[in-house]
Amino acid sequence: MTTININGRRLTVDAPPETPLLWVLRTELDLRGTKFGCGKALCGACTVHLAGKAVRSCVTPLAAVGEREVTTIEGVAGPEITALRRAWLDIDVVQCGYCQSGQLMSACALLMSTPAPTDAAIDAAMAGNLCRCGTYPRIRAAIHQAVKSAR
Amino acid sequence: MITLNRRHVVLGTLGAAGALIVGWGVLPPRQRLLPGEPLATVPGQVALNGWVKLSTDDTVTVVMSQAEMGQGIHTGLAMLLADEMDADWSKVRLETSNFDKIYNNQAMIVDALPFAPEDHGLGKRVAQHLVRKVIREVPGVIATGGSSSMKDQWLPMRQAGASARRMLLSAAAALWRVPETECTADSGRVHHASGRSASYGELAGRAAGLAVPGDVALKQPSQFKLIGTAVRRLDAAAKLDGSAAFAIDASPPGLLYASIVMCPTLGGSVATLNSAAALALPGVHKAVVLAPIPGGMLSVGATSGGVAVIADTPFQAMRAIDSLVIDWDPGAGAAASTRAINAALTEAIGASGRQVHHENGDVDAAMQAAATRISADYQVPMLAHATMEPQNCTAQFKDGVATLWCATQAPPMARSAVASALKIDERHVQLHIPYLGGGFGRRYFPDVIVQAALLARETGGAPVQLLWTREQDMTHDYYRPAFKCRAQAGLDAQGRLIAWSTQSAGSSLGAPSMFDSSTDGASNMAYRFANARMSHQPSEAPVSLGIWRSVAHSQNGFFTESFIDECAVAAKRDPVEFRADLLRDAPRHLQVLHRAAELAHWGEAPGAAPSGAPLGRGIAIHRAFGSIVAQVADVSVDSSRAIRVHRVICVVDCGTAVNPNLIRQQMESAVVFGLSAALHGEITVKHGQVQQGNFDGYATLRFDECPAIETDIIASAQPPGGIGEAGTPPIAPAVANAVFALTGQRLRSLPLKLA
Ligand code: FES
Ligand code: FES
Repeated sequence: MTTININGRRLTVDAPPETPLLWVLRTELDLRGTKFGCGKALCGACTVHLAGKAVRSCVTPLAAVGEREVTTIEGVAGPEITALRRAWLDIDVVQCGYCQSGQLMSACALLMSTPAPTDAAIDAAMAGNLCRCGTYPRIRAAIHQAVKSAR
Repeated sequence: MITLNRRHVVLGTLGAAGALIVGWGVLPPRQRLLPGEPLATVPGQVALNGWVKLSTDDTVTVVMSQAEMGQGIHTGLAMLLADEMDADWSKVRLETSNFDKIYNNQAMIVDALPFAPEDHGLGKRVAQHLVRKVIREVPGVIATGGSSSMKDQWLPMRQAGASARRMLLSAAAALWRVPETECTADSGRVHHASGRSASYGELAGRAAGLAVPGDVALKQPSQFKLIGTAVRRLDAAAKLDGSAAFAIDASPPGLLYASIVMCPTLGGSVATLNSAAALALPGVHKAVVLAPIPGGMLSVGATSGGVAVIADTPFQAMRAIDSLVIDWDPGAGAAASTRAINAALTEAIGASGRQVHHENGDVDAAMQAAATRISADYQVPMLAHATMEPQNCTAQFKDGVATLWCATQAPPMARSAVASALKIDERHVQLHIPYLGGGFGRRYFPDVIVQAALLARETGGAPVQLLWTREQDMTHDYYRPAFKCRAQAGLDAQGRLIAWSTQSAGSSLGAPSMFDSSTDGASNMAYRFANARMSHQPSEAPVSLGIWRSVAHSQNGFFTESFIDECAVAAKRDPVEFRADLLRDAPRHLQVLHRAAELAHWGEAPGAAPSGAPLGRGIAIHRAFGSIVAQVADVSVDSSRAIRVHRVICVVDCGTAVNPNLIRQQMESAVVFGLSAALHGEITVKHGQVQQGNFDGYATLRFDECPAIETDIIASAQPPGGIGEAGTPPIAPAVANAVFALTGQRLRSLPLKLA
């Protein structure tokens, strides 16, 4: 039994410590908004926040989480994600949507650490999140818009 | 107005009011308004026809047969119905259709008939009419592909909306005892000149009791309220908070999880298996050997056989896979290699007996007479779809009934594949089709669905979710085939193109020559050549092949638009003017071409990239699926000789622009998808085994490589063309032509790599 701090709650899960956080979230905790895309930290679909930083949950073993707060797309709150979601809707970013939980979590972590990122900073933060539907130009526009609206 | 008379069709129930019987007598041929069986309804809801249900709380439920895989079709189609119905857009909800034949995709089949787009002859019209009639009557032609959904449902959705609107007007007129002509409808309400008004929901019960009008006049474009506007996507909000459900998110109670390893050799199978170590691991229930799945229609080769492990959790299942000891029988595919495939293609483009798909004039004589002759060989590799959501399916087989949660572009095909795998009647197969995490042609093939169904026999009735790892997905795709093309042209002394020939070679996906679409986009271009021949030589390989976004256009756009550029260079002409000359009889193409040139400031120096590196500019234009797209790419070469694309101007004429927002999205999507292939995509095979396993080996375009994309839509009142694929073919040649303009190097094979 492992206890984890997840989306503001303290929960106990019955999973071996080497289980990737992704599968703990999806199948133990029924938080299925976090997606599986590659299993190797190559696509970003599984991005969640660990103590406010974007991490790839597919390569984060449960044992490595410890007491740190895990936040998923279902639990993320605050001015950054609110502004991002509004911009995402306004610009109509999503297509198939499969990558979008990860995209939003990466963008949100960026704005939490860098409230007014440059394009180069946006590139660096988002380059690990693949989107096969090609929503990249709209994601960039939406991040800029979210920054503007937060000011 | 033709009134469809009552027969015996129950169209819906309205709470305690009980069943209301309406229907029709003589079916107008090919009518797509009323299904064979009434739509199922819940209390408080009525069905007005086969496409829309109305609830007393004003909810308008539009029936969707088409898969939403990112292209926004749910929003686009619902707009058609809602506009003609004058429904309140905020009250529109969607529901997946059943398999009634009214939802059969006629346009997809009709578009695939071997006629040129310019052909308006009687023969083509008769053939299309007959095929439509047949498709209307045969079961199981519901499919999303060929960029056909909007073309196919452009009229049926609107007619359904207009018919429903008329019923609501009639109901209100009867209620108020006024002439129907004095009633008007707007945003979910009927109004009378007297000031009385009622919501659609209030009128639902009365409307459902009326005969269904069959040929209501449709709106004129000037009357559209939704069509032509940038309505936001209906599926957006659910995709921002994790609540949108994909197949992978199905979680029926008692769910078990399965992982699979398939024979690394395409089409191979399991010879021997020792699963003792895997079965000893915690949570592991079973190891199941699965035989190869035949390729079937539109594909060559089979899904390899493999071993699946069923466990309590996905992680346990995946880990157990690594403990299996398997001897593989590689089968006939073991000999396949990229080297052998390419050698066969080289031989095939030189072969005699090629199938001629188009010929006009006397191309051989014109080549002889030409002052200048040029020839070039082009090549494209195999490609994977790499949908962001890996292949997966959840299945339950209990009491003789199979229930599947699956992502499919062809539900009836998936259903019959499951029925035959489980040897049960199709009526005992139920599909739940949530959002698709990408499709691109991959999800026509029900391989993972069949595998999951077979695993569901092994669990004593418990549901089981089979998820392929990315490596399994990458190495067991139905790949876009590799192609080669030999292009030849002759110019006269004035630099005019007098002879054109292309000879391609590659898989025809097993299609008989009559229906071989391998030269789509090469044999049916709008360019007017005095003497031309476009031919193809099928060259099949023992690997699993299939259809990939824009199908044959994906290679032919690259071949033809690169070579036309070479011709312009040989003729010492500007590439835009050279194309314009050849398009003089194609006004829509000309407009798209000139608009793209204008927006890109064609003819001015392209300037420099932010890094200071000089830019090169290239153009390409291509027609596919009824839409014409021109793209202008600005590129630079970085210090490591990698090609960077900075900006893409994209101009599209897709007829009536139903939703400009969705069209822009699809253009951006198609450009990014095409750039992944142009700059990175390549699947290679060695000893029958695909060499790329994940996104490290098979790179797709990343955020920091993505150009700015500016899309302009030509205003048009023509019926809508397809938009999901038409933007993909021009991007590779536009970039290759820009690279030539910048460096003088003509890159004739994809992915583009500078020497
Ligand atoms: S699933 Fe974790 S990065 Fe791809
Ligand atoms: S929206 Fe489909 S993968 Fe990004």
